[in-house]
Amino acid sequence: MKTEFAKVGDTFSPAQRNMETRGLSFQDLLLTLEHYWTAQDCILQQPYDVEVGAGTMHPETFLRVLGPDPYRVVYAQPSRRPADGRYGENPNRLYKHTQLQVILKPSPANAQDLYLNSLAAVGINLKEHDIRFEEDNWESPTLGAWGIGWQVLLDGLEITQFTYFQQSGGINLDPISVELTYGLDRIAAYLQGVDNVFDVRWSKNKTYREVRLAEERQFSAYSFDYADAASTRKQFELNEAEAKRILDAWPKSETKNLNRFPILAAYDLTLKCSHLFNLLDARGAISVTERAGMIGRVRRLAVRVAELWLRQQSGTALAPEPPGRGA
Amino acid sequence: MSSPLKSKSPKPSALKASGDLLFEIGCEEIPAGMILKASAELKAILQKYFVSHGLLAEEQSGTSIDTFGAPRRLVAIVRKIRLRQEDVTREVTGPPKSVAYDNVGEPTRAAMSFAEKQGIPVSKLSIVNTPKGEYVAAKQIVVGKPAAEILATVLPQAIQEISWPRSMYWTRADSSRFIRPIRWIVAVFAGRVAPFSFASVHAGNQTEGHRFLGKKNIPVSGPDDYEEKLKKNFVLCRPEARRKKIEAEIHTLTARKQLRAHEDADLLKLVTYLNEYPSVIMGEFDSSFLALPEEILITVMRGHQKYFGLETRNGELAPHFLAIINLPGDTKGMVRAGHERVLRARFSDAQFFWETDLKRPLGDYLPKLAAVTYESRLGSYADKVDRMRELARWLAEQWFSGGVSHADVAGSDRAAELAKCDLVTEMVREFPELQGIVGGLYARDQHEPEEIWQAVYDHYKPSGMDDALPRNLTGCAVSLADKLDSLVACFAVGAVPTGSSDPFALRRAALGVAKIILERKLPLSLSAAISAASKSLKDHAPKIEVSEAVQKQVLDFLLERARFLLKEKRGFAYDEINAAFAASADDLVDAAERIVAVKAIRNTKNFIPLAASFKRIRNILEKSAGKLDKAQLEVEPELLWEPAERELHASAQKIGAEATRRKKAGKYREALEVISELRPSVDKFFDNVLVMVEDSRVRKNRLALLGNLLKEFSTIADFSELVSEDAKDLSQQSH
Repeated sequence: MKTEFAKVGDTFSPAQRNMETRGLSFQDLLLTLEHYWTAQDCILQQPYDVEVGAGTMHPETFLRVLGPDPYRVVYAQPSRRPADGRYGENPNRLYKHTQLQVILKPSPANAQDLYLNSLAAVGINLKEHDIRFEEDNWESPTLGAWGIGWQVLLDGLEITQFTYFQQSGGINLDPISVELTYGLDRIAAYLQGVDNVFDVRWSKNKTYREVRLAEERQFSAYSFDYADAASTRKQFELNEAEAKRILDAWPKSETKNLNRFPILAAYDLTLKCSHLFNLLDARGAISVTERAGMIGRVRRLAVRVAELWLRQQSGTALAPEPPGRGA
Repeated sequence: MSSPLKSKSPKPSALKASGDLLFEIGCEEIPAGMILKASAELKAILQKYFVSHGLLAEEQSGTSIDTFGAPRRLVAIVRKIRLRQEDVTREVTGPPKSVAYDNVGEPTRAAMSFAEKQGIPVSKLSIVNTPKGEYVAAKQIVVGKPAAEILATVLPQAIQEISWPRSMYWTRADSSRFIRPIRWIVAVFAGRVAPFSFASVHAGNQTEGHRFLGKKNIPVSGPDDYEEKLKKNFVLCRPEARRKKIEAEIHTLTARKQLRAHEDADLLKLVTYLNEYPSVIMGEFDSSFLALPEEILITVMRGHQKYFGLETRNGELAPHFLAIINLPGDTKGMVRAGHERVLRARFSDAQFFWETDLKRPLGDYLPKLAAVTYESRLGSYADKVDRMRELARWLAEQWFSGGVSHADVAGSDRAAELAKCDLVTEMVREFPELQGIVGGLYARDQHEPEEIWQAVYDHYKPSGMDDALPRNLTGCAVSLADKLDSLVACFAVGAVPTGSSDPFALRRAALGVAKIILERKLPLSLSAAISAASKSLKDHAPKIEVSEAVQKQVLDFLLERARFLLKEKRGFAYDEINAAFAASADDLVDAAERIVAVKAIRNTKNFIPLAASFKRIRNILEKSAGKLDKAQLEVEPELLWEPAERELHASAQKIGAEATRRKKAGKYREALEVISELRPSVDKFFDNVLVMVEDSRVRKNRLALLGNLLKEFSTIADFSELVSEDAKDLSQQSH
């Protein structure tokens, strides 16, 4: 392996060497942002190990924004969107893109400044670029979550979703958290001045193409051409049933060991449902009417998870419905 | 019991003194489309409070309040606010004098407790004369409050009262809401801070400059140095200033390259409110993208990137664009390079969709429409297309048999078949606003005849009162088929528009139907069209039977939009429209011609009193309704014995024949002129003949005479619908 590494370095073309001088590598971008946010008292978390469509679905966002406890966290989250795959042939579209997710709870008054300074930290001169906050209210129907905010544009390129979270799992949030979701792949392409995300330098001597192309090709093919709709649907139903079974087993009276009740497992199963739904959708196996119904089924699980999670946190099985229960 | 009376000021000099207010709500970026409305609302709210608190005189309040906004601020500048409210004398009436004072004029307990309650000595009580007799009264002078004190309560209320489509919390869920987080507030009145706080933000005298180029804490002394200080910190707080800067720079840049920017007032307004310090830069794109249709390129530039497209002198799209950036300039060209890269990616996507979609004939997408729901109870778009095809064919047949020789039945069918196919293409999934247009472009590329691809392209038109119609007749057929089907189908399942919600855009659909028929002057019976759409809904899925009552509902809904259109677009008065519609509105083109005639003649010498007489006739007939049965509608000439009624009968027959002849020739105005010659006979009749006489045969005969007259002469318009001052007076006299 060692010799092979050296070989790749040796065969760098002059053009690639020139490119090297511009912008952070993908991994340095990630490290710089993680470093920046840990200096702002964020916990550094790892990506979630279940397939998710967005960093919001990580329990470190979905569940942490519930309840009163302050929390700050940063993590990268590879996000799978089966319908967005293009077999690695489109320069901008990916089956799996990488989000960097930051949660600041409660939202600090200088949230925008903190965010903008993070851009400065990765080498963007704020006075020389056209940076703007354009209205974009974020919503996830499968999670019963929504917020108010903007997409942040850097010279016309959407680089971040900036949201004041209002609801998660159908529960009104108090305090309000700020959610920042950076699109790392496109930010890296921008910083490096490349048009094709696969040309991004991942590290000093590996490109995004070398690291990720196989994945893009194969998962696009699986999503569009190979996945068996009937079996995927069956998996959806199995995961849904298992999640329901757990949620239905929630104690009917106060018990010891409530903190062992596997709400987190029920949530994982909910996430699997969400991913399997996305897969079916990409496969073109869901009619428009059915679509709304399936989204509703996932949301109902997510809403129950959020409710029970809050009860578990307050240490009581029979706590009244959380006061902030929204419509 | 209390009545505030304005008294003359004890200190007139103090009241003349006034001060100016600078009020700025500083917040994180407000959605660009909401700023203008919010600043207008802020003005109305301040006006309301300042007048009701006596800080501004009502007549000057409009001119002394000036509000405006930019992405991070809503601003109000109010001039000449009174420094304090005027003092007000209040008079409170107490017990009757007889109760308050005893026989010898000494105050009783009642008087004393009243005085105590009012907080004045008994000796200061006075006596007032009221309609009920003499009462004891207490006068009090309420000292006016200083304006600063009132501002401290009114300004936070004003912030609270501005309404937004969707407001938010940003710290705690129990705190105040606003459109975006408020980060600072400036409230400086007469040189001093008016102290208050809102959502934990304290009002002060420090504003903020441009997010990246300005200073953060800029002290201001009031309205006079505010704008200048902001300008130095790269904020043009007035929208006019920003718009002018943008327009001037667009002009300079385009003139240099001999190009022209696409006129786009909405986009100009949007970018005016998206930037605090806007500048215009010109970018380029690879001219190979010009092979894509202009519609797609413009949609990408305008809708997604908010760029202005540019064209050459001969009207062709140029490979350039204008971006409005929130900076004084782009000296290193980095911003331009960034925008160019983004546009390149967007265009590449569009190109990819274009090529992918065109691999199959447009018609091949039809089966996929079965998976796209139109409305849960109304089935899929495939079902809708089946219904539209039948209706489009029917419409073309109607026109053909109505003398429109180029109406094309087969072509209308084909265009309706293709109309919705683009809904399942990649391009429309990415750019939903291009539905119809994309289908038309694909049909053109695949060599469908011009009549058909244009019909597909145009079939969502007109999208509003001022939008163009479909270019050709086949397009009109498809557009009408689509809209009539939506109206009848949605009404059939009760999906009718309410005051605030119209999810299927049925108002727009109905307006479109009326607009196409009226402006293309298409021969079409509305009721027949509605019944054809109902038949189609029964013949095809979802196979719903549409009741007579629902069909009538749809007709009324259509007529209401037709009225609106005729009023707004053609400038007719509602009563003119109602008069003609009351006669008949089934053929809108014919009804519109009758409205023209009514409008032309309504104010002529004979017509005004005649219209009043018709109203009088209708009232008489309505009052006697029930006493009159159908058998007796026939006038028996031998029972007409008063000369005036015989004359009316004779002239009605003569004039009726003449009017009918002209009406049949479509000369409505002439017909109405002829009818107005009835006036002398009608006047004479009412002067000399009593209708409601004892003799029931004579009475019935006279009612029949009037009934026939009304019926006969109301076929062009029901004149009794016309409202004029004279008519009102006359109709009142007749009662």
